[in-house]
Amino acid sequence: MIDTLSHLPRPDAGAAELADRFADLAPPLTARQAALESARCLYCYDAPCINACPSEIDIPSFIRNISHENVQGAAQTILSANILGGSCARVCPTEILCQQACVRNNAQECAPVLIGLLQRHAIDNAQFSEHPFQRAAASGKRIAVVGAGPAGLSCAHRLAMHGHEVVIFEAREKAGGLNEYGIAKYKLVDDFAQRELAFLLQIGGIEIRHGHKLGDDLSLSELHQQFDSVFLGIGLAASKRLGLADDAAPGLLAATDYIRELRQTDDLSQLPLARRCIVLGAGNTAIDMAVQMSKLGADDVNLVYRRGLSEMGATEHEQAIAKDNQVRLLTWAQPEQVLLDDQGQVRGMRFARTRLDNGRLQATGETFELAADAIFTAIGQAFDGAALVDPLARELQREGERIWVDAQLRTSLPGIYAGGDCTALGQDLTVQAVQHGKLAAEAIHAHLMLTVEAA
Amino acid sequence: MADLSIEFAGIKAPNPFWLASAPPTDKAYNVVRAFEAGWGGVVWKTLGEDPAAVNVSSRYSAHFGPNRQVQGFNNIELITDRSLEINLREITQVKKDWPDRAMIVSLMVPCVEESWKTILPLVEATGCDGIELNFGCPHGMPERGMGAAVGQVPEYVEMVTRWCKTYSSLPVIVKLTPNITDVRLSARAAYRGGADAVSLINTINSITSVNLERMVANPIVGSQSTHGGYCGSAVKPIALNMVAEIARDPETRGLPICGIGGIGSWRDAAEFVALGCGAVQVCTAAMLHGFRIVEEMKDGLSRWMDSQGYASLKDFSGRAVGNTTDWKYLDINYQVIAKIDQDACIGCGRCHIACEDTAHQAIASLTQADGTHKYEVIDEECVGCNLCQITCPVESCIEMVAQDTGKPFLDWLHDPRNPYREAS
Ligand SMILES: Cc1cc2nc3c(=O)[nH]c(=O)nc-3n(C[C@H](O)[C@H](O)[C@H](O)COP(=O)(O)OP(=O)(O)OC[C@H]3O[C@@H](n4cnc5c(N)ncnc54)[C@H](O)[C@@H]3O)c2cc1C
Ligand SMILES: Cc1cc2nc3c(=O)[nH]c(=O)nc-3n(C[C@H](O)[C@H](O)[C@H](O)COP(=O)(O)O)c2cc1C
Ligand code: SF4
Ligand code: SF4
Ligand code: SF4
Repeated sequence: MIDTLSHLPRPDAGAAELADRFADLAPPLTARQAALESARCLYCYDAPCINACPSEIDIPSFIRNISHENVQGAAQTILSANILGGSCARVCPTEILCQQACVRNNAQECAPVLIGLLQRHAIDNAQFSEHPFQRAAASGKRIAVVGAGPAGLSCAHRLAMHGHEVVIFEAREKAGGLNEYGIAKYKLVDDFAQRELAFLLQIGGIEIRHGHKLGDDLSLSELHQQFDSVFLGIGLAASKRLGLADDAAPGLLAATDYIRELRQTDDLSQLPLARRCIVLGAGNTAIDMAVQMSKLGADDVNLVYRRGLSEMGATEHEQAIAKDNQVRLLTWAQPEQVLLDDQGQVRGMRFARTRLDNGRLQATGETFELAADAIFTAIGQAFDGAALVDPLARELQREGERIWVDAQLRTSLPGIYAGGDCTALGQDLTVQAVQHGKLAAEAIHAHLMLTVEAA
Repeated sequence: MADLSIEFAGIKAPNPFWLASAPPTDKAYNVVRAFEAGWGGVVWKTLGEDPAAVNVSSRYSAHFGPNRQVQGFNNIELITDRSLEINLREITQVKKDWPDRAMIVSLMVPCVEESWKTILPLVEATGCDGIELNFGCPHGMPERGMGAAVGQVPEYVEMVTRWCKTYSSLPVIVKLTPNITDVRLSARAAYRGGADAVSLINTINSITSVNLERMVANPIVGSQSTHGGYCGSAVKPIALNMVAEIARDPETRGLPICGIGGIGSWRDAAEFVALGCGAVQVCTAAMLHGFRIVEEMKDGLSRWMDSQGYASLKDFSGRAVGNTTDWKYLDINYQVIAKIDQDACIGCGRCHIACEDTAHQAIASLTQADGTHKYEVIDEECVGCNLCQITCPVESCIEMVAQDTGKPFLDWLHDPRNPYREAS
């Protein structure tokens, strides 16, 4: 269990009730709703929604297939662009992606087509008697993929499809990356991540070796020698720290660590509950954390951000979810001191009020204290530099702390590619990671085939 | 408020909305409910000789649009399946109770003079206002030499109409079948036979859909199917054309026309009237929504008439007939060009791909800095076909703008490009 919170009580509600509270936030469409909604799509040409989908799903085509009672065809269209189309349909912030761009997303047209829910409808209802993608003839090439998150899995699937053999090295005991360990439980419910993984692996030619960690028992130099190409999809394995005194005190924890426990437990009633808690941050992770604490039964959940609502990374949709779950959003306040009780456990936090002064964030000099049994930090994920310590790895060009890649996901070292959150390219979103993995696989394939032809 | 009352072929009614001969007018119960709801008249479900017809089970099917909107409706029902005696008794009673409403009785008996001579006095005795001859039923009855089997032979139409005029003093409305090549021939035959009016259209031969699992068309009777008669919204354009054909035929000039086919709103009705109808009949729309639709139809029609300054139906009946002509008389020098209202445009690109793939490559797709597209008409390439305006989902976003070409009116008969032109 989460040691630093073991002194806290457990939720009052029983396991079954808690499970209910964590049910699907956006329940699936019924067949009738899907028929009605799909008929709203205008089947645009050069559709703006496709443009806005990081994985470039042919949205008008799959929606037309749903409307014409061809759910299977719809699912295949989605999966051919995005093999994790099922989880993306659930976790994508569609309000800033496809649905934002939908031509029906304006006052005259009332509302955007519910692309995400339709995508989920197609994937959930398609029944494939066999895996819908076939592998090309064996190429004889072997590729190492590090990290079995969305980026690595997407890359592996596309490579396998092109006839290559793939070995995935994964540090944790389950594959799926943040789909398994990070996404809010009410967005991706039950064992969906594992079922999707099983579907993806049906293609064959992909072996996952768990418990191998780059920078630990694995080096980039070895992989480079043993495989024809290497793809790095290691995400952001560390959490940013507060940088205040006592930021490791009992009662203070990275939100992602708590969420990981929450996603893995079979019995939510065994989790430590902070009745009064503070969540620090402004992104979707902060919202997820606050909402999940509230669902567990916390009375007083304060999400504190040092700037204003409009600067928050969390979308309006996410902020609304927070408000619906009685989360209080406090803005213009930054952490100043972790407050501890006699036993050295968190009892609250002192904040300094802030304001913008000529575009710069300044403390106003005013402070206030909030009582809390726990503080969760969600101030950003960080690249875990420990992965890149061997001599070859150290040569990788970096962009900030992350790995530099070009538009074809090539790193500065020939034969080594990277994608997903561990690179600086694009947004930190599941769908973006899937797209990176797919594009990297295409680049790897094109390159390997070029050398085959040349030989 | 405009006066909706009419006198059609000598038959008076408080409004021009009549229910067509079909299940809604099958028996007293329905007809009384219809009158209570405000319908101006009914054409009673077609009567025949005893023994009454027998129907199969599983009788209707439909052609659906998106969202299960019924676009067209198909039936394989026969004429009334109740005895003549019961029907006549009910008609008499209802007419007595609702004297101000038009009560027309639809008839279909074998093409034998004796049969008509027998039934007509019985019908007249009910006190009804007129009769309608069902020469249109396209399924079942023609196999027995009735319905469309009569309507498709102008000589029979004329003959039976004349019998009716001989053995009855009631106004005779001849209901025409659309399952022919030139509806004017049937109308002319009715006219020659002495008809007081024609009504059209009856249903069109149809198969709406095929059940691909069972490999049989709909509706399914056991393991079989048969073609039915098509009606509802989808047939309105066909009906309007046939009405217009008759309205502008010099040979039947002045023959009253009752419009039927796909009418479901006041606007539909107004369009039929504009093309020459003096009354209209409704079936499918009532079957799908109930009798209450007449409320909105009456209200909408009278408000629109007020807005146009029409005091009665007569004021605009036939107004669009003169403007309906043959292709050869159209102005070949007339030119419209599509104009896109960029503020209304939602950027769906449908106009572009429609014109690009299937018309005249006259709408440019201009990629904008943010990756979206702007659509612009290339005036020189546009032939004014209206396709883009039709496919655009935003109403009045694309306007077809008449151009001042400076050229005079010129029809094809006089166009120098016409190798067979008439010397002017
Ligand atoms: C709490 C939270 C909520 C989120 N919610 C959403 C959301 O709602 N919608 C959305 O679109 N995105 C969301 N995201 C972002 C999204 O989860 C990521 O963008 C996405 O998972 C990135 O995929 P990835 O494959 O690059 O990395 P990851 O999913 O992080 O996968 C990396 C994998 O590599 C493994 N790994 C790491 N280091 C090593 C190593 N050294 N050796 C071997 N294996 C290693 C990890 O165990 C993991 O399996 C959320 C992120 C967080 C943290
Ligand atoms: C179920 C059904 C039964 C019909 N029965 C008759 C009939 O007995 N006699 C007749 O003249 N027309 C009959 N019709 C045709 C209608 O009177 C009408 O001409 C046709 O449906 C077109 O009008 P609509 O589009 O408003 O339905 C029938 C139509 C339907 C749908
Ligand atoms: S933009 Fe909207 S309406 Fe157009 S294709 Fe995409 S989902 Fe359909
Ligand atoms: S009217 Fe016809 S030719 Fe002109 S732009 Fe539209 S589709 Fe093209
Ligand atoms: S069809 Fe209409 S809305 Fe769509 S791009 Fe063209 S003008 Fe704009």
